[in-house]
This record gives sequence, C-alpha cells and structure tokens, in this order.
Amino acid sequence: MPRLEEHCWRRSCTSRVESKNYYRENWVASKAEEMMSIITSVLSNVYGSLHSVQTANLIRRGLVLFTVGVFLALVLNLLQVQRNVTLFPEEVMATLFSSAWWIPPCCGTAAAVVGLLYPCIDSHLGEPHKFKREWASVMRCIAVFVGINHASAKLDFANNVQLSLTLAALSLGLWWTFDRSRSGFGLGIGTAFLATVITQLLVYNGVYQYTYPDFLYVRSWLPCIFFSGGVTAGNIGRQLAMVTHYHNATLTIHENRK
Amino acid sequence: MTVRERLREKISTAFYRHGLLCASYPVPIILFTSASILACCYPLLRLPLPGTGPVEFTTRVRDYTVPSHEPQGDLGERPDWYRGPPVAYIQQVLVKAAVSPWDSTLVPVDVFRSPLGRVFSLLEEIRNHVHNDGSGVRSLEALCLQVTDLLPGLRRMQTVLPEHGCLLVSPGNYWQNQRELFDSDPDLLKTVHQHEPKGLHTSATLRDLLFGVPVKHTGVSLYSRKRVVTYTITMVLGSYDARFLSSLRARLRQLHPSVNCSLREDHMVHVHFKEEIGMAELIPLVTTYIILFAYIYFSTRKIDMVKSKWGLALAAVVTVLSSLLMSVGLCTLFGLTPTLNGGEIFPYLVVVIGLENVLVLTKSVVSTPVDLEVKLRIAQGLSNESWSIMKNMATELCIILIGYFTLVPAIQEFCLFAVVGLVSDFFLQMFFFTTVLSIDIRRMELADLNRRLPAEAGMPPPKPGPLRPREAPPPPRPSPYTITLQTPAFRNLRLPKRLRVVYFLARTRLAQRFIMVGTVIWIGILAYTDPAGLRTYLAAQVSEQSPLGESGAGGLPPHLGVASVFPGPGGDPASTLSVLPAPAEPTPLPENQSQGHHGAPREGVPHQAQAPPLVPQISWGAEDEEGWRRLSFRHWPSLFSYYNITLAKRYISILPVIPVTLHLSPREAIETRHPQDTRHPPPFIGMYGEGSKQVINPLSLSRVAALGLAAGVLLVLLLFCLYRVLCPRNYGQNGVAHGRRRRGDLPCDDYGYSPPISEISPLLLRGHSMDIECLASDGMLLASCCLAGQIRVWDAQTGDCLTVIPKHGSCLYSCIIGGWEQRDGWDTVGVAEPENLGGGTEPGGGVFDEDEGYPLRRRTTPRPALFEDQPDLTPLIDTNFDSQPSSHLLLTPPRDGFDFGGLVERAYLEHEPPSLGAVWAMELRGNLIAAGRSSGKLELWDAVEGSLRCSNEDGVSGITALAFLNNRIVAARLDGSLDFFTVDINKPLGLLQYRGPPGRSNMPPSPCYSSEDVISCQLTRSVQCAHQKPITVLRAAAGRVVTGSQDHTVRVYRLEDSCCLFTLQGHSGGITAIYIDQTMVLASGGQDGAICLWDVLTGSRVSHVYGHRGDVTSLVCTTSCVISSGLDDLICIWDRSTGIKLYSIQQEVGCGASLGVISESLLVTGGQGCVSFWDLNFGDLLQTVYLGQSSDGQGVRQLVVLNNAAIVCDFGSELSLVYVPSVLEKLD
Repeated sequence: MPRLEEHCWRRSCTSRVESKNYYRENWVASKAEEMMSIITSVLSNVYGSLHSVQTANLIRRGLVLFTVGVFLALVLNLLQVQRNVTLFPEEVMATLFSSAWWIPPCCGTAAAVVGLLYPCIDSHLGEPHKFKREWASVMRCIAVFVGINHASAKLDFANNVQLSLTLAALSLGLWWTFDRSRSGFGLGIGTAFLATVITQLLVYNGVYQYTYPDFLYVRSWLPCIFFSGGVTAGNIGRQLAMVTHYHNATLTIHENRK
Repeated sequence: MTVRERLREKISTAFYRHGLLCASYPVPIILFTSASILACCYPLLRLPLPGTGPVEFTTRVRDYTVPSHEPQGDLGERPDWYRGPPVAYIQQVLVKAAVSPWDSTLVPVDVFRSPLGRVFSLLEEIRNHVHNDGSGVRSLEALCLQVTDLLPGLRRMQTVLPEHGCLLVSPGNYWQNQRELFDSDPDLLKTVHQHEPKGLHTSATLRDLLFGVPVKHTGVSLYSRKRVVTYTITMVLGSYDARFLSSLRARLRQLHPSVNCSLREDHMVHVHFKEEIGMAELIPLVTTYIILFAYIYFSTRKIDMVKSKWGLALAAVVTVLSSLLMSVGLCTLFGLTPTLNGGEIFPYLVVVIGLENVLVLTKSVVSTPVDLEVKLRIAQGLSNESWSIMKNMATELCIILIGYFTLVPAIQEFCLFAVVGLVSDFFLQMFFFTTVLSIDIRRMELADLNRRLPAEAGMPPPKPGPLRPREAPPPPRPSPYTITLQTPAFRNLRLPKRLRVVYFLARTRLAQRFIMVGTVIWIGILAYTDPAGLRTYLAAQVSEQSPLGESGAGGLPPHLGVASVFPGPGGDPASTLSVLPAPAEPTPLPENQSQGHHGAPREGVPHQAQAPPLVPQISWGAEDEEGWRRLSFRHWPSLFSYYNITLAKRYISILPVIPVTLHLSPREAIETRHPQDTRHPPPFIGMYGEGSKQVINPLSLSRVAALGLAAGVLLVLLLFCLYRVLCPRNYGQNGVAHGRRRRGDLPCDDYGYSPPISEISPLLLRGHSMDIECLASDGMLLASCCLAGQIRVWDAQTGDCLTVIPKHGSCLYSCIIGGWEQRDGWDTVGVAEPENLGGGTEPGGGVFDEDEGYPLRRRTTPRPALFEDQPDLTPLIDTNFDSQPSSHLLLTPPRDGFDFGGLVERAYLEHEPPSLGAVWAMELRGNLIAAGRSSGKLELWDAVEGSLRCSNEDGVSGITALAFLNNRIVAARLDGSLDFFTVDINKPLGLLQYRGPPGRSNMPPSPCYSSEDVISCQLTRSVQCAHQKPITVLRAAAGRVVTGSQDHTVRVYRLEDSCCLFTLQGHSGGITAIYIDQTMVLASGGQDGAICLWDVLTGSRVSHVYGHRGDVTSLVCTTSCVISSGLDDLICIWDRSTGIKLYSIQQEVGCGASLGVISESLLVTGGQGCVSFWDLNFGDLLQTVYLGQSSDGQGVRQLVVLNNAAIVCDFGSELSLVYVPSVLEKLD
C-alpha cells in the first residue's frame, strides 16, 4: 500500500486558501463520483443479478480495493503515529482525521490502480497467476504486510542500514512467499519507485514534512514499504479478479431463434 | 537414484508408517499428545501475566539517594527500571477537615464550604514556607517542578490548572487559588461539577486531579454522611530535598496537629509506568486480529469431505494455538523470558506458523480412494504429502533462521519463538491432528454407510427423508474415542460474500447480523483484555468506586485476576506482582486501631453505630497512608500528560503523605457562608434514610455483578430464541427448503430475495404409455423412446408430436391415438379437426393443437412451426393426413364422450411383447433417428415420416450406447465391443441441406436427409473387446469418440479411422459419466467418486479430484468450471483449470442426478418431479419448476438442454418441455 502519510501528518502551514478551495471542490466532486459509482454498482447488482457487465465488475473490484486501501492507510498511519506520540489518543485521532484527510483516499486510489493493474498485466502477458490463489493466502499476505509495518514502526533498530536491510529482506520474502511472478516483482518495483519519487517531490515542494527530516532514513525504508504494499494490493486484486472471472460470464444467448 | 529421491522415499515411508501408527492407536496417542502439551505449558504458570499496569518499588525515606543511571551490580530486588532520577517527586498533603461539633442549625453546604475554604490558608502556608539552614534558603519555588504551557488541546482547563510555574494542585485551583473568588461563589458544587467531562470518561477526571482523592471520599456533597471533607494538596517536586520536606512536615503538623494520626512516614514508593495503550494502539491490534480471524476462516473453509468440518477446523486451530503455548512454555523453561508484548505478536506468530500443513494433510487424506481402509487412507495421505510438508517446513525454518541473524533483539526473540513454535506445531500435526483426522474419517465412513445403504439399493424410497432407516449398523469395532466434535454442519453452499453485499442489504439476515455483531464484540473484548487495556481499567474503576474498607471483606475482589498495582484498598496485595513487598505491613495496624479507639470515645462513640454522629469524627487509618492507590492508575500519567510530559517507561516517586487535621467551629462555618447557601431547600437528610442508603452500598457491587450475569444469560437466551425463530433449521442448505414448496408460491431463496425470473411453465408432452427410456434431440426435433419401444418425435419448439414410430405398423394411426389420449375438450377439437384436415394448411401445429386444456400452459394460437422453411416436410405430413382420414374416423367416433378405441389400442400396444427388443440407445441427427436395440440391431428411422430407412443387424449384443456424429454412428455393445457405422446416401454430401445458421449452435450442423435419398448403413469397423466389461458411457465430439466402461478405463478413439488413441487409466471404479466437448476437454467420473480431467491431445491427466461419496452420476463442463453430481445428492462445482472445488450444493435425498447447463451461468438439475435452476456464479437456487401435481416418486432421470434455451426432461411416462423465459427474453 503506498503510504504517503507516515511521518507526514504534520501538515505544513503554507497551504494556501485557493488550494484548500480547490481541494474541497475536488473532494466534493470525488465524493459525488464515489456516490454515483456506488449507486450504479447497486443498481447493476440488483437488476443485473444474472448478467453482470464487465465494467460493473471492474468498478466493484476497484471499490473493494479502494476501501481496503483507505482502511489500511488509516490503520498503518496510526501505527506510525503512535511511535512518536504515545499519549493523548484522542488528540492523535483528531490530528489524524483532520490534517491528512486526503492521504487515505490517495492510498485507496493507488491501491485500486495497482490492484486492477496486476490482473490486467497478467492477462496481457498471458501468464495467469496460479500460485496460491486462495483467500487464506491473501489474508496471510495482508497480515505479513501489516506485520512489516508494525516492525518498522515498533522496533528499535540500531541504525538505518540495518532497518532498511531488514525491511528489504522482509518485503522480498513477502514477494517470494505470496507472489513469485516476474510481473508482480516488476510492478512492485515500479510502484515503489514511483511512489517514492512522488513522496519526495511532495516533501520537496513543502506540501508535507517528515517528522524526521533525516533524508536517508526516509529514503531507505519507504521503497520497501511501497514495494510490499504494491505486492499486497496486487495479491488482493488478483484474487478479486479470479473470483469475478466466474462471474463475468453472462448468459449466452442463443440467437438462432428469429 | 539421486540422494534427493532416496531422501524423498525414506521420508515417504516414514510418514506412511507414522500414519498407520496414528490411525491404529488413536486414544493412546491423543492422551500422549495432551500430556505433552500440558507438560510444555506448565512453565507458563510461573510467568507473570502480561500487562501494562504500573509496577512499584518501595524504598526507605531515610537513606534515600537518587539512584544513579548505571546499573550497579546486584542490588537485590531492585528492579531494572529504578535508575536515574524520577520524573518527579509527589508530595501530598492530605487534609481532613470537619465542622465540629455539628450543629443542627447548620445547613448541608456548611459541611464542605468552610473546610474547603481553609485550603487557601494552607496553600499560603506551603508556598511561603522557607527552610533555612546552613547551606542556604530553600523554598517550594526552588524545588518544585516547573511546568510550562498546557497542551494546545486543553484550553478549557487553562483556568484551573497551573501554567508557567510550580505544579501545585489543590481544590483551590477551581477558584484560581483566590479566596475572594471562593467566597463569592454561590454554588461550589456547580463550580466543581462544570469541569467534569460529559458522558463516559476514560482517564482521570479533573476533580480527581485537584482533590487528589477519589470523588466518593472527598465528602464534598450535600448528602455526606460522615461530614468529613477530605482533599489533598499535591506538590510535584522536581528535586528532592529531605530537609525542606521534613521542615514543611513539621510546620504543618505543628499548625494543625493530627492527634490520632500515626501514619507511617518512612517509605517512599516509586511507581514505574509502562507504555500506554490507547485507542491509537488498539486499532492496529484489532486490525491484525481481524485479519487473523479472516485467515483462519478462509483456511478452515477449505476443509471438506470430512464428517465434521467444524470439528476438524477446531482441531486445526487448537493445534496451532497449543503449539504456540508450547513454544512459549519451552522458551521460559530454558530461561528465556519473553519481553515482547504477547498480544501484539501473537497474530503474526499464528500467520507465520499457519494452518497450511493441516489443510494439506486433510486434503491429501480425503483424496485417497474411499474404498481403502481408514488406516491405509491416513497412511497414504500422509506419505503423499510428506515431501511437500518437509520441504515447506525446511524452507520456513531457513527463513526464520535468516531472520535470526538480523541481530535486532526483538526480531531474534520473535524468530526464536517461531522456530520452537514451528517444531512443536509439526509435532502436534503429526500426532494430534492426524489422529483426530483418522477418527473423523472413520466416523464419516460409518455415517456414510448408513446414509448410502438405501440410496444404493436401487430406486429411492418414495418418502425419502424421515422414513429412511436410521439405525446404525454395529461398528466394526467399539469406538470409544468419541471426541466431542460438533455435529456436521452442512455448510456446503458458499457464496462469494463480496458480491453479495448489495443483496445483503435487500434481505433481512438478522441472525447473521447478530452473529457478526457478537463476533465483533468478542474480538473487541479479546483485544481489550489481552494487553490489559479495559480490564485493568475496569478493575481500577471498581476499586475506585467500591466503598472503602468493605470491598476487601465482601464482594468481588476488584482486580479481576489482572496484575494491577492498584488493587482495591483491602485487596490482597499478594496477588499483585510479587516484585514488591506488601505495601501495608501489618505491624502498625494494632497501634492504629487502638489509637482510633482512643480518639473515638472522646467524640461520642455510642451513637456511631446507629446514626451519624453529631460530632464528625476524623480518623486516620492505614488506607490514608497511601491514598493515591485509590486513584485510577492513570491519575499521574494524565496529570503529567497535560503538560506534555510522558510517564511511559519512566517512574515517579511518591513521598509519604503529610496529614493535616482541621477542626472548624460551627461559628466559623456560619461566618464563611455565602448568602445563597441557606436558600437551598433544606435537603432531606433523613438520618436513618441516609444510613440505609449507605448500608445498601456494600451490597451493590455483588448485586450489580449478579444482575449483570443474569442479564447476560437472559440476553444469550433471547438471542438464541430469536435465532431459532428467525432462521429455519436448514439455514444455509439451499435446495432442501424448496423441494417441497407448494406450487404457486413465489420463487424465492432462503433470504426472501426473489431473482428476476418470471414464471416458468412446463409444457407436458404426453403420449407414451410407459416410462421414458431414451431421450435425444438435435435442437429442432426431439425424439423420445419409452420402455414399450415406442419412439415419438416431437417438435422441440411447440411440443407437438410429429411422428410416432411404433415397432411396426402405421405411424400416423397411433400418433393420433396418442394425441387423443391427451385431450380434455372433445368438442372443440372435434370441430377443429375436420377443418384442419380439410384445409391442411397447418400441418405442424393445427392438428396437434390440443393442449388448450392443459393446466400448465395457455396458448391460443399455435406457434408457427420452424419447418416452414423446409419445403419437404409440409407435403409429407399433409399427404399422410389425407391418406388415412377414414380409419381414424371409423375407429373413434369423435362425438362420443369416451374413446374406447384409444383404450383398446393402447392396451393392445402395451401388451404386445416386444419382438425386436427394447430400445436401449437412441440418437437423433438431422431427421434421422438412430435406435439401438437390445437385440443388437441398429435402426435408422426417418424422424418426420416415421419410416424405417435402414437397419443393420451385424451385431448380436445389445447396443448400450450410441453416438451419431456427421455421417458416422458409433455403437457400444454390451459385450464391450465398439462398432463404427457409416451412413451413406446416394447423394453427394455437398448437396445436402444444412439446417439452421451454422456456427451458432453447440452442435455441428447436421445434414438433412431428404426422404428421397436411399440411405444405407454399413459397418465400417468393429472393435471387439474394446473394453473388458460392458461399455457404460459413450460420447463423441470433436472427431473423437470416448468410451467409458466398467473396467475402470476410458478409451479415446478417432472417429475417422476408428483407431484407438489412448487408454486412460486413473479411476478406481467403473466409469459412470463422461463429458467431452468441441474444445477437446474430457472429463470422466467414476464409481469411486473421482473426477478426472484429461487432455485429449496428449492423453495426460490434468487433474484428479475426489468429490463424491459414491458414483458420479453426471458431468457437465462450462468454459470455466466442471459440474458434477453424485449419488450422494451433492452437486459440486469445480474450477476447470485448477481442479479446486468452488462450492457444492446439497440436494434433497433421492434427487435425480441429471444435470444440464443452459448457459455459462445457468445450471438446471432434475429433482423429484421438478427441475431446479441454479445460478452458477453464486450457487443460488433461482427457481424450481414443478412438472406436475404428482410430484412425488417420479424423479427426473434424463435432462436434455435444447438449443433454444429450453430443456426437456422425462417425467415418468411424460416428457416435460420447460422454457426459460429469462433467457428467451434476451433473444429479442
């Protein structure tokens, strides 16, 4: 799960009013869009129980992935926050939900994109992912991902090299245990790279700050988290795609009747 | 043989032996395992319970020095956190004040107004106290902890909490430490109360902080019985100066002597706080637990084909949990003390250890042949999976060992636990789980035996369910090993929940919601209790609220077994962490009490028992010594946290309290009154009423507990009743509830959700006099053959009988007889018929349009026949009608009310012995009917004319199966031989007419043989002994002929040259079902319940699954899945590519095993007098269509799906044509 939010919940005070308004409009628009998509999915579900359309399928998958992404972002953000502040849980919650409100939707969107991209690439490459395709394995994968985050948030490492090495080994282990596909690896790397660059750009432009301005620290462990997040989202996406594979077959119509 | 292979073989042998051992001696092995689990868990008893409550350490005041930072060797019992200076020293001045003697003229406010007023002078005294000795002048200002701003979120507290100065809190803070404000405050209680948070609060309240004693004990209330006000002035000191403190103590004691006070002053307590666990920390924890439960759920869902699915799931979870416990126990046994938070790493440990091995074992064992002995099955299953299990375990161990070398202590510890856990998990799997599995499978076989006996005994009983014999046959050996496993739940139907969310809203799934809510609550409780979040908090609350000395004597112990350092005042200190000596030693107690008794007589003891004394009595007891214990354990952390000082992982030192006793005269109390005080309505201080109220108090705790327990039990019962009322007993078993649904009911599934399918009405095709034996269709025509040997050809669109092919004689004659049997209204038809006969314009529909009287189908106008574009049909039938109208009219007088002739004819037909033998197999292509008879004769009939086109009597053995593809006919005979015939026509094939647009239908376009052609049928090749035993199934598609026989093999022939390509072996029983389609996918099912998927091109087996207990009766494939039905009334849907079972549908007992796929997602099954439509994506029952009134007893045995989305099935002696309107609607 690409997470921009760790260490960034301290919002800089430089945000301008225009951007706020822009965000708000954007927010309204996105909310409306989300509502519309929910409504359409509901309608298509109710009326099209026998024949589901491919796009509705896609929307549904995207929605699920989005929800998962938002939820994981919130939870993992909490994990990171509580490393620094152990007191005032109420205050933490308030800060969490007020300042960085757009980060969970971002993560959700990213999760949806990555999770839809994985099965898409699989089908384009023509090598369907068959390795451990079951929900239990997906759950295990999510648990390991949360565990990696937990470890990065909770454990005290001697130095950053050790931290990043450990995290890299863990995320590689995650990939090897649950994915083992070349496309998954490539896409994970791509996700990690892109997300890191975006995060660094954001930080560079002063949209957000890290609590730890230690550049190396951030640079070293963020990609690992992004990589494992990408692999996890892809895993969920593939599983969803596999389930709906059975669903997308519509009632074939015999047209030999005039 | 490489080392690897040898190793593999050795491992496999070892596992085989082990499996035999486990299955042979289940009871001793289970006992042994339980004993070893208990033994390994024994060291856990010595482990302190994990918790985040603070721990404390007591030192003497006299020789106290600030501990240094460096650990100084062995210092006895000094804890390792006791290093460096504390965050702060807490010095409390405990004030007890009373107006004495109490005067009846005093109003209740006087109880606390003047005593509280004295706090300002005390504060003044403390602030101004200066200790001057040789080393310099010290005042409180110099020693106290200087605080800065409050946290930004606490603006509302700015007026009451000190900022930028000494942290000195007292009740005076409510009035900014100004006497004037206090004096002018009309309502003290309101002032105090307005700062209280609304609703439920979790941390210490402001009142607690300022008063320094729990609210109950302050006595600041209008209804105080004791009339003693207690509060503290809390000084938080940054540095310790013994001389200043002792001089302050002496000064205060001198000013306000406490005569009867003998509190110990020689011990200071250091309290160490652990990391706080707040909501922020709980949410990730809860999330991990949710993920863990989801993982367990999805894992155990895969357990299948066992007797008690949930029992096995329970065993699997028990295996993993006890292996974890064993690992912790073993680690502590060898001296490793866990430092990690157990509740946090537990989910990860479970996930790392995993349930996979257990599932793999189960799957492997249940996929062994069912006909083997249980022992052998277990052994075989174990040895099959031995290599993968060992490999997985080695890999995991390697990964964990790598983790061990990260040199991060926490990860190392985690890895150590995981390694031990893995090993003990392996041990438990091998001994515990395998044995449980063997027991389960043995039970399943017994139950299975019971269940299958009647089903296999031929025809299903007419009343299947309750009348079946249930008495169990005596088990082969007495089986006392009945582990109390749960009853087998038929949770066969699994819906993809994710897609059902919207339906979920549309239905009222009350029961499921209850269960879900219960689960969530349970998880919450688990998460709260585990890291000592809520539970200790509750304990602290209880101890706070329980009345003082009484909770120890009666009622519940306030600390509910959780290690809390803040036990109830009377609680047994020994049950807390044994790090500390008991805080209150018994030695000073006698002295205390005697002193108390000394003081008491002076102030009027005799009244004390009955009524509140007129003279309020101030007594000092042992509980005042450490009054802070009665506060919430969050008291100090929350006080400090207001100034952004965390106490987590740090400690504070609490100095002995300074007692101050204040006696105020009534005059003083009256003087300090606010004018509004007296305007309060004289509160009802009924002395005795008050007393009784107080007497209730000690009881209330236990009473509340009992009430809570009762309420809980009641709630559970209520929920249970609701569940039983709201949910049918067969909740989750689709299909059963609908089997007996009366006709006319709206179709709906268990949840009341009606799928959008309109009414489906079957069209009954009557005419056969006996049960229908064979059914064939090419989409346009439908041929059926009954036991009497009569073949009828029907129009598949309209359901009209086109031709009747008797064994001999005229076709039309009996056809009309048959038609007459059906009619209800003679007059209309009788009138209509001559018109039709005369006009002859409606050959297909007009004559046979007699189904107006049918109850199930109302149709006024006949449908246009499909054969209108076939010019050769109309004249044929026309001619036939015109040729023989006389015989028809002669034999049956139409105006008569009764048709004797029909009856006679029918009886005649029935009783005539079949001369040529019964038709055993029939195929229909084009307009040719190929019929294989029991005599071995192959006949080709014209479907339209009803004339015999050719016949072949080369074989003598009965034809059991026929396949008709293009111009070839393949006949399988009873003796296992296979004959290939070629149908030759005198016309070249290129001139043949092809019916229907090519490429749209499933079946290849079949040539239409016109009546003029001379058709000959020649035996091109006969494969003798194609199989050793009778051929049971024959299927042809894609240029291949596939035969299945009772000799357990499947053979694939090429159609062109009748050459045998493959002999497929893999079944351990006779082949009962085969499916092959144009895409060369071959599936076979056998009597062993196994389903094999084969690659027809290479002859290799793609997958091999066991899905049924008993014969596989029918097998159909769609592009994505394989659907099988078995004698066990189960319909299983498998993933075609992976061979994973997607879900299964439990049908009613005795249901027909016929299957058909209408489209990719619509499955139709035949049942007892009905057909059911299922949604393949979800496994939902869409609709059940009843074929007739007498639905009992007659099962649908054959079911053919026509091209036009209609299905035809046999129904006793009738045929039933069912259109699926929802499919038809889309055609337009």
